[in-house]
Amino acid sequence: MTTTKHQTQILADSNVPTIEIVREFDAPAEQVFRAHVDPDLYARWVGPRSVTTRITRWDARTGGEWAFANDRDGEEIATFYGSFHEVRPHERIVWTFTYEGVPDGVALETLTFEKLEGGRTRLRVLSVVEDFQTRDGILASGMDTGVNEGYDKLDELLAEES
Amino acid sequence: MDESTEQLNRVFAALADPTRRALVARLAGADATVGELAQPHNMSLQAISKHVKVLEEAGLVRRSKDAQRRPVHLDAEVFDLMTKWIERYRQEAEQRYRRLDALLDRMADDDSPRTDLEDAS
Repeated sequence: MTTTKHQTQILADSNVPTIEIVREFDAPAEQVFRAHVDPDLYARWVGPRSVTTRITRWDARTGGEWAFANDRDGEEIATFYGSFHEVRPHERIVWTFTYEGVPDGVALETLTFEKLEGGRTRLRVLSVVEDFQTRDGILASGMDTGVNEGYDKLDELLAEES
Repeated sequence: MDESTEQLNRVFAALADPTRRALVARLAGADATVGELAQPHNMSLQAISKHVKVLEEAGLVRRSKDAQRRPVHLDAEVFDLMTKWIERYRQEAEQRYRRLDALLDRMADDDSPRTDLEDAS
């Protein structure tokens, strides 16, 4: 366990099926925003370390669309797509998110970029899904961050529990 | 699907209902009888009993066989598992944002022409 200045917080509401992520950055909102809408930059940080992210469609404007694939060892392991519902420069992004392995599942995600003192930023990502079962399943699988990443560890954990 | 995945699915299905979530929240404080659980809910004992049964089948609660009151007891182990899973999810998000931290550092270097970098830290 290493500690850093900024720890990601996860909030799972007990009344509505949401996941909220809160994280602060030592960079101005313009840059944190750009790292989300510039496809080359986004692809460099979003995926787990063991996969590469290949952007296949990207139109980061209100009413636009996006899609990307994750490759491991040159082989495609997962694809994702969605719409840019709203892109408000340096302030807010609203997009939909679907993992094509679960075609009927869709998350509505609202990202807000709050300007803090000293040129810093607080990012909030509020993700809304269909029901609690889906929400809890996402939390339990960590699916949106790497599909198969860490499943070996998970198997070990479950083996301990049973 | 292995057994542990199936158990988790049962847990999620059991917790998908708002009344059952409320019961679990109540039991996290202390054991309670079905009658005590029914009080704040304006529901029949039978209805609450049914909910308790679903929670029982998911392995979330146990009912003592011996006592007459048969209080419902929350099984914390399942929640430990949930807590571990959520922590793993959090760590994955944290790893992602650390990569973003590093990228933002490099972006700041690239944007040097702009003199708005106050080194006041």
